[in-house]
Amino acid sequence: MAVKTMVQTIRDTLYGEMERDPNIIVMGEDVGMGGVFRATDGLRAAFGEERVIDTPLAESGIVGVAIGASLNGLRPVAEIQFADFILPAFNQIVNEAAKMRYRSGGDFWCPLVIRVPYGGNIKGGIYHSQSVEAYFAHVPGLTVVAPAFPYDAAGLLRAAIRAEDPVLFLEHKFTYNAIRGEVPADDHLVPIGQAEVKRPGKNLSVFTYGLMLHYSLRAAEDLAKEGLEAEVVDLRTLLPLDKETILASARKTGKVLIVHEDSKTGGLGAEVSAIIAEEGFEYLDAPIKRVTGPDVPAVPYAPPLEEAFMPSPEKVLHAMRELAAY
Amino acid sequence: MADTVQTRPLAAPTEVGLGREELLGMYRTMLLARALGQRMWLLARTGKTHFAVSGDGHEAVQVAAAQALDRTQDWCIPFYRDLAMMLHLGITARDVMLDDMARAEAPFGRGRQLPAHWSARRLRIVSGSSPVTTQLLHAAGVALASKLRGETAVTLTTCGDGATSEGDFHEALNFASVHRLPVVFVVENNGWAISVPRHKQMAVASIAERAAGYAMPGVTVDGTDLLESYKVIKEAVDRARAGEGPTLIDAQVVRLVPHSTNDDERRYRPAEELADAKARDPLPRYRAHLVAQRLLTEADDTELKQEVAQVVDDATDFAERSSYPDPSEIATHLYAGR
Ligand SMILES: Cc1ncc(C[n+]2csc(CCOP(=O)(O)OP(=O)(O)O)c2C)c(N)n1
Repeated sequence: MAVKTMVQTIRDTLYGEMERDPNIIVMGEDVGMGGVFRATDGLRAAFGEERVIDTPLAESGIVGVAIGASLNGLRPVAEIQFADFILPAFNQIVNEAAKMRYRSGGDFWCPLVIRVPYGGNIKGGIYHSQSVEAYFAHVPGLTVVAPAFPYDAAGLLRAAIRAEDPVLFLEHKFTYNAIRGEVPADDHLVPIGQAEVKRPGKNLSVFTYGLMLHYSLRAAEDLAKEGLEAEVVDLRTLLPLDKETILASARKTGKVLIVHEDSKTGGLGAEVSAIIAEEGFEYLDAPIKRVTGPDVPAVPYAPPLEEAFMPSPEKVLHAMRELAAY
Repeated sequence: MADTVQTRPLAAPTEVGLGREELLGMYRTMLLARALGQRMWLLARTGKTHFAVSGDGHEAVQVAAAQALDRTQDWCIPFYRDLAMMLHLGITARDVMLDDMARAEAPFGRGRQLPAHWSARRLRIVSGSSPVTTQLLHAAGVALASKLRGETAVTLTTCGDGATSEGDFHEALNFASVHRLPVVFVVENNGWAISVPRHKQMAVASIAERAAGYAMPGVTVDGTDLLESYKVIKEAVDRARAGEGPTLIDAQVVRLVPHSTNDDERRYRPAEELADAKARDPLPRYRAHLVAQRLLTEADDTELKQEVAQVVDDATDFAERSSYPDPSEIATHLYAGR
């Protein structure tokens, strides 16, 4: 099996899908030259300017036009250059794409993917480091996915492109080149809505996604040296959440740690906690714990401040120890 | 490009290339829209429904737009005032009434949206939302898909004059122009956005002037003049179909009633302005033209009005006899297959 980086995987998957289906178009700012992260490199040369469209610099426009194109038979994959700049498109995503099927009673729908590079630890400052999943994971009609490994990125991107409803596809920028993994040559799919246990364990459960999955796996390894086994669950799909897998793991270990980079209040962790509190209260042997970014606007630029913002393997390990000892 | 509104006599039928049947058909649609709209207004005002928004005063340009489209291939992405346009494109009075009363079989969205949020896949009329102007971008996207496949379909979209202040207006016109897309943007300019008059909405003298910023033609037309409106829109549709790109049309219409049934226009609307608007009512104007052209007699007119009144009664009865959606439908059509 080929070993690829995240960004290579996304590029190759887009390429394969565009080859398979002539209705797929890619559109966004600078996508023609390959995109600022090179995720669309080579697509224009292979598929032409008509299918790989450099749009004007206008995010509401990118999503709004993609919606229209999806209504008329195309399958657009729109790129928002940085998650931080998705907010002008919020109305088009939330009020238009996500509500199209419901509001028309099934008359119209939007098979549309919006790729969104997000996240910090890249010295991007507060406007090139944001996590935006919580805004969108609240929106019925939308699907939000956040793969952490190349295998899942390929399988989920294919599933998203082939889905009949709008999907927000979150790509953690730090993982683009830092994370490598095996990717099969076949057209494998990873089903939307399924979490996966990436490391089994019996002493506590960690629910996480994106870059924080990698930090949690590292922390779990260190914890194992102390004779404690953390079960690390990759949520992968953030909307809809895979309740079954979450509850099964909570039941198995009785102790729950939730890790995300996004700030704490109203973050994904709140929803995961609520699911467990409502439906798995009696499984718990300890209060639920969260390791998250602090409640400040976003990741600051100065290195010590960025470090202070980001959850790290050490911070996760510390929380694991506390929870295990409870 | 922009010329000013002129009160010249209505164009003669031969000028626009439409026959008697089409000219009378457009008149019937205007009558039906007016009667149906007034019925829905009454239903809301008497508490039988909860809301109505009217197209009274906008009918001429709406019917003209529908007439200018090729109903076998073109797309339409309307806004809430476009009742006459919808009827002329093939939506029935029963469809409209089912939707007005939010019935289970309401074809535009099964009772999920306020009335006047049209949708009809079979007619390529795209579902719209309540936030204004978002639909202009969808029009650009639909047209992009048509162009990419080498089809000759044209997409026509509409909005009000207030809606042109939104960012999506700029983004849509810019995108459509950069890609020379087959889109016709029709602004139904009634001079009001609820209570805000046009001079507080924009500093330009005419909306058509803005087209220059997108290197596309901008045309001002008296939107209460059906045949003038038809000529202008047909030209824009033909240009779009020929691959010559989008057009912005500033159709100057009148709002004959308050913004909606929830609005009290006496709080802001000067009596003289309302009187001026009523003097520009497109319906008597077009009727007078048809009579002068000997295309319509008083007897024909009476007969048509009776027929239209029956259609409105039938639609009202039909909708009243049908039922509301069942509460169990609350989560259907949320995702594919559910
Ligand atoms: C984005 C947004 N803001 C506010 C509103 C509330 N609203 C509904 S219609 C309207 C005025 C629209 O005026 P105009 O575009 O001129 O069209 P008209 O109703 O006069 O035909 C407003 C403010 C809305 N629907 N959408």
